[in-house]
Amino acid sequence: MSLDPAAVRRIAKLARIRVADDALPQLAGELNAILGWIEQLNEVDIDGVTPLTGAAQMTLAWRADVVNDGGDAERVLSNAPDRDGQFYAVPKVVE
Amino acid sequence: MISDFTLASARAALRARRVSSTELTRHFLGAIDALNPQLNAFITVTADRALVQAAAADAALASGDHGALTGIPLAIKDLFCTDGVRTTAGSRILSPFVPPYESTVTANLLRDGAVFLGKANMDEFAMGSSNATSAYGPVVNPWTRTGDNRPLVPGGSSGGSAAAVAAGLALGATATDTGGSIRQPASFCGIAGIKPTYGRCSRWGVVAFASSLDQAGPVARNVQDCAILLGSMAGYDPKDSTSANIPVPDFAAACRRGVKGLRIGVPREYRSDDMPPEIEALWQQGLAWLRDAGAEIVDVSLPHTKYGLATYYIVAPAEASSNLARYDGVRFGARSDGADLTALYENTRADGFGAEVQRRIMIGTYVLSAGYYDAYYIRAQKIRSLILKDFTEVFAKVDALVTPTAPSAAFALGDRLDDPIKMYFNDVFTVPANMAGIPGMSVPAGLDAHGLPLGLQVLGRPFDEETVFAVAQTIEDAAGFLARPSVRAGG
Repeated sequence: MSLDPAAVRRIAKLARIRVADDALPQLAGELNAILGWIEQLNEVDIDGVTPLTGAAQMTLAWRADVVNDGGDAERVLSNAPDRDGQFYAVPKVVE
Repeated sequence: MISDFTLASARAALRARRVSSTELTRHFLGAIDALNPQLNAFITVTADRALVQAAAADAALASGDHGALTGIPLAIKDLFCTDGVRTTAGSRILSPFVPPYESTVTANLLRDGAVFLGKANMDEFAMGSSNATSAYGPVVNPWTRTGDNRPLVPGGSSGGSAAAVAAGLALGATATDTGGSIRQPASFCGIAGIKPTYGRCSRWGVVAFASSLDQAGPVARNVQDCAILLGSMAGYDPKDSTSANIPVPDFAAACRRGVKGLRIGVPREYRSDDMPPEIEALWQQGLAWLRDAGAEIVDVSLPHTKYGLATYYIVAPAEASSNLARYDGVRFGARSDGADLTALYENTRADGFGAEVQRRIMIGTYVLSAGYYDAYYIRAQKIRSLILKDFTEVFAKVDALVTPTAPSAAFALGDRLDDPIKMYFNDVFTVPANMAGIPGMSVPAGLDAHGLPLGLQVLGRPFDEETVFAVAQTIEDAAGFLARPSVRAGG
C-alpha cells in the first residue's frame, strides 16, 4: 500500500497540520518508506491472539465519584494564549 | 574534590557536614555556566531557586532532619512539569508553557530534599535517539573519539540528562524511556540509567508521548546512585490510573545482593551479523563476569524480537497522535493565528511541531484512521501480546536477561538524520522492554576502539528491579569502569 500526495493531504487534514502542496510529494516518500518497512509485520501469524492495549498487568482501580479538585480558574487559564474573562478565546466559530 | 563525588558520596559528605548543599549547588551552577554553552545540556537553568532550595537543605541538615536526597543537586528532564518553571518538552509549541503544578515524580524528589539545577534538553516530545530533534538545539556528547574532536550525539531522548551527569553538571537526573530514551543515552554517555517497570513511577505531570510505554526513571554516575534516586521517584499515585499500588523496596540494598545462584538468560535473537565485533566481545565479557560471580548463563529465545521495532513504530505514533491532539493553540502553548478555528489549529501545529514529530503524528493518524485501524493498529497490538508472551515464558526459566544496550557507540552529530528508519534502529535492543512493560537498566561496561563508552543492558521480571540492580552492580564492579569524558567539570 502506497500513499499518494492526495492521501497525505487527507491525513494532514485529519491531524490538523498545515502542509504546503509542494511539500506533499516528499512527505509522501518519507511516510511510504516507514509504512513499507512496517509491512514486515504481515508475516506474523496473529490468529487467535488477543490484542495487548497496555503494559500495566493490572485491573484499573476504582475511585470515589466525587469532586476532589477545581475551582481554580486563574491557574487553569494562566497559560491561555488568549482569554476573555474566565473563558478561552478563539476565532468566531458560529456565524 | 566535588567533581569526584557520586550521589552517594556527596550524601555522606553532606550528612557528615564536610560540605554544604550551598557549596555543592554553587559548584554545579558554576560548572553549568562554564560548560553548558558547549554542551547545551540544559534548556533552562534555575540558579536562584536552586540556591534557595540548597539553603533550606543546609538548615535541615544542621537540625539533623534530612531526607533521602536532602541537598543533592539534580537536573530535571524538561518533560516533567515543574510548578512555576517553564517546561518545553523540547518543543517550540510549549515554549511559553509555565506549569501551574508539579509532576508527582519531581514532587517526590522535592519531598526528599533534592535541589533542582534546571531543566535538561531532550528530543522534541521525547521522539528521537540523538537529541537532534530538540527545538532548543542539539545536545553535544561530552565524550569524543580519541584524537578526533568532532562532536558526537549524546543519544536520546534523555540526551541532556545523560550529558549533564556524564560531564559533572549534576549528581543525577530524571529521565523518561518510551523506547530506550533512558538506556541508550546512558550507554552513549558512559553512565547508568534504569527504566523501571511500567507503573513503578507515576506519569502524572510528565508530558505524554505514548502513554502505554512511557516510564520515568533516573540516570546517574553509577548503579547505586540510580537505586537511591529511583527509591525517591517511585511510589503509588492515585492521580495516575496505571500507577502500581505496590510497596517500593529498598533498591540500594538490592545492589549488594550479588548474583550467586541466579540464572541469566542470553536471548539468541539479539545476535546479528551486523553487530560490531567489539560489542559482541563486550557482551561475552559481561556474561563471563557474571559466571565468575556465581551466576548460571542460559541461552534463551525471544522469537518475536525482530518485530519489536516495527510494532513500536505503529503503537507509539498512534498513541502520540492522540496525546498530541491537545496542542491546539487554545488552552496553553504557542498559537499561530488563522482566519478560522481550523486554520488556527493547522497553523499552530505546523509552526509548533518539528519535522519528526509531524511525521509521527501523521503515521499515527493514518494507522488509527477508518479502514486501516485493523490492518495496522490491531495487528500491532496482537504482536505486542506475542512479545510479552515471549518474555513471560523466558522469565519462567531465568531471573534476568543480559544484552547490549545499543547496536553502536555514540555517532556524529548529523549522521542518520536523513534516514528515519536507520535512526529508529538505535532502539532495537531497548524497545522490547517497553512493549512488555518490564524493567531495563544500562550499565557502562567498557570502551570501544575509539575510546567511547559502551553499555550492557539488564532486563528483569515486572516489579523485580531488585534483581536488575543486583546484576547491574555485579557488572559494574567487575568492569571497574573509571573512564571519564574529555569534556567535564573540574574542581
